[in-house]
Formats: sequence, C-alpha cells, structure tokens
Amino acid sequence: MATEPIDLEVAGTCTDAAGSAIGMPQLCDAWFGNQIFWLLVTLVVIYFILSRIALPRIAAILAERQGTITNNIAAAEDLKAKALEAEAAYDQALADARAEAGRIIDAAKAEMKADLDVAIKKADAEIAERTAEGEKAIAEIREGALAAVKDVAKDTAKELIVALGGTADARTVTAAVNARMKG
Amino acid sequence: MADEAHSAAATTGADMAHGADAAHGADGGLVFHPMDQFLVKPLFGHAGDPVFWYTPTNVTLWLGLAVLAIFAIMVLTTSRRAVIPSRGQSVAELAYGFIYKMVEDVTGKDGVKYFPYIMTLFMFIVVANFLGLLPTAFTPTSHIAVTALLAMAVFLAVTILGFVLHGFKFLGLFWVSAAPLPLRPILAVIEIISYFVRPVSHSIRLAGNMMAGHAVIKVFAAFAAVTAIAPISIAAIAAIYGLEVLVSFIQAYVFTILTCVYLKDALHPAH
Repeated sequence: MATEPIDLEVAGTCTDAAGSAIGMPQLCDAWFGNQIFWLLVTLVVIYFILSRIALPRIAAILAERQGTITNNIAAAEDLKAKALEAEAAYDQALADARAEAGRIIDAAKAEMKADLDVAIKKADAEIAERTAEGEKAIAEIREGALAAVKDVAKDTAKELIVALGGTADARTVTAAVNARMKG
Repeated sequence: MADEAHSAAATTGADMAHGADAAHGADGGLVFHPMDQFLVKPLFGHAGDPVFWYTPTNVTLWLGLAVLAIFAIMVLTTSRRAVIPSRGQSVAELAYGFIYKMVEDVTGKDGVKYFPYIMTLFMFIVVANFLGLLPTAFTPTSHIAVTALLAMAVFLAVTILGFVLHGFKFLGLFWVSAAPLPLRPILAVIEIISYFVRPVSHSIRLAGNMMAGHAVIKVFAAFAAVTAIAPISIAAIAAIYGLEVLVSFIQAYVFTILTCVYLKDALHPAH
C-alpha cells in the first residue's frame, strides 16, 4: 500500500492533469523498468525464434540452393564436354568421308583411264588396220591404173600403127610401151 | 523544440478536457502535443494508472507486434523451404544475406558465430522502426531506455568478450603502437574516452533520430488544423514520412554495422 501513492506521484511528474506529456516522456524514469523488462523478454523471444527456427532454416535453404546450382553447373560442364566430344566425332566422320570420297574418285578416275586407254588402243588398232586396208586398196588401184594405162597405151599404139598403115607387131609395141613407162 | 512543445502544452493543455495528441482548442488556437505519442500507458485499466515494471503497456503491445512481424517475415515465409523462393522467402533470405555478409565483411570469419545476436538486434530495430511508422503506433526504438539497453548490451558484451579472448592484451586497443612513443599516452586517453562514449552515441543516435522524425510529423499535423496552411502541412507530412521510412532503415543499418565494428575490436584488438 505504501508504494502506490509514490508511483502515482512519479507518474504525475511525467504527465499533466490532461494526460499530456510534460517534457520528454523518454526521460521519465518511472517507465524505465517497464520498458527494460518487456524489451528483455522481446529480445530473448526474438533470439530464440531466429536462432532456433529461422536462421538454421534459411541457412539450409541457401545451402540447398547452392548445392543445386553447383550440381547443375557440373551437369552443364558434363554436357559441354559431351558436346565437344560429339563435335570431334563429327569432324572425324567428316574427314573420313572426305578421304573416302577422294579415294572413290581416284579409283573411278583410274578405272575410267584404263577403259579409255583400252578404247584408245582399240581405236588406234582399228585406225591402223583401216589405214593399211586403204593403203592396200590405193596400191591395188594404182597397180590397176598402171595396167590400164599400159593396155590403153598398147591399144592406142596398135591403133595408131594400123591407122598409119603399118602392121602392129604386138611384142614390139609392148616392149616399147614398157620401156616408155619405166622412163 | 521539446521545450516549445512543453510550454504550448502547459499553457493550453491544462484547460482541455480531452488529451488528444493534436487538436485545436475551443478558441481556435493551435495546440501542440508532439511528445504525447511517446507516452507509456497501461494497456488495461485507466489512463492514469501506475506503471509497474510488469504492467502490460503500449510498449508491451508494440514489442509483441514486432515479435509477431519478425516471426511472419522470417519463419512463416520460409515454411515451404523452396529452392526457388517466393517473394516473402526472398525478403527473409535477403535480410539473412545482408546481415550475414555485413558480419563476415566487418568482423571476419571468426565473427560469424555471433551472427544470430547481431541478426536479433537488426531485425528488432528495423521492424520496430517500421511498425512505429504506422499511424497511431508507438515506437519503442524512440525511447532512450530501449536503445540504451541495446547499446549497453553491445558495449558490455564486446568488452567482456575482448577480455575473455585476449586477456590484458585487449588493452592494446587503447595503446596505439603505430604512433610515436610520446604521443601514445595522450592517444590512449582519447581512445579510452571515445571507447566509453560509444554506448552513449550508439543509443542516442537511434533514439534521437526516431524521436525527432516522429515529433516533427506531429508538429506538422497540428498545423494542418489551420485551413490556410493545411495543404503545405500535409505535403510536409508526406515528405517527412518518406524521409522517416529511409531513416528507419538507415538507423537500423547504422546500429548494426557499428555493433559489428565494436565486435571486430573485441576479436582483433590490435590496431
């Protein structure tokens, strides 16, 4: 009972009759104990909420996210390596295909050249044969022509001798013609 | 400014039947009660009832709301433990990362084990500051008793930790070995004074900033009763309110980073 009037008196030094502040309420020492007590309670509660529940949980979330990111980066590195490998394989296959194509082209060229050589040889042989035939024919014709010229010369000589009133001695005419033809 | 308010309250407040924060009197004159928002009142019972240390007051109410808000921000939002965070979870993670990085950057790797304590300080101050910006709210961090307790807790913890970790070598904090020998005693005196002023500046900086902003808003609010200057007054309230949002965060940040700096001194006292 003794404390109550004192407290009322102290409260009275901080507020006036209308309940408004006198000076700064911050400096009213009658209220310090109340504020300090409740602040201590509050801080302890906040500390336990944070240190027991919130902070470990958030730390776990962040660690999990970091782990996920690290894993994903590792997976991405893996995939990148695989892609590089695939590219190398592709390049290798391309080079192989080019080499193969070159070889096939060379083989085809060689084959074609061989065929061509055979054909050219055959054609050359045929040409040679035809040339020989032609030459032979020309020789025959020439010979034929010479014989014909001889005959014509003999006949003409005989006819000329007859027309000139002589008698044609066949052997003499032939000899003369032959002599002239040689000359 | 507090004195002005006091005199205004003393001259016109006495004959007023209602103790409203800012209301115009029967004669149309302006009435300023910018400090009434800082009054500690019992939650239950009559306005004039005595306030004992255990009495549930508006301080209790707003501290409790701060606890609930912190629970909502840090625990409820993270309940899904999503790898891809929701907005709320992002806020919680952002707050965690912000303070964790601050502790790590300022105090070094060995300061990280004090991170929960510093996180408690930061979350309490920032949430109490922001809750105090709600209209008709009570701002616990505008009270010197509250901030002084926080600052003294930091000061005592850091000092004790320094002596526990380093013994008397902790006093090397005051002995600037980089300075010329004749200067060292003088510097030691300055260092010791500055060391003991730390909790004072640490606490008054926060309480002063919060109190000043809230009081200025109330002063402008009282001017809004005069029709001619009401638009200016309302614009000023909006502007100061924006500033206070900024100050609320910055002061929480400043208090926390100074705590980290003091903690660094305890962990690494050598200059």
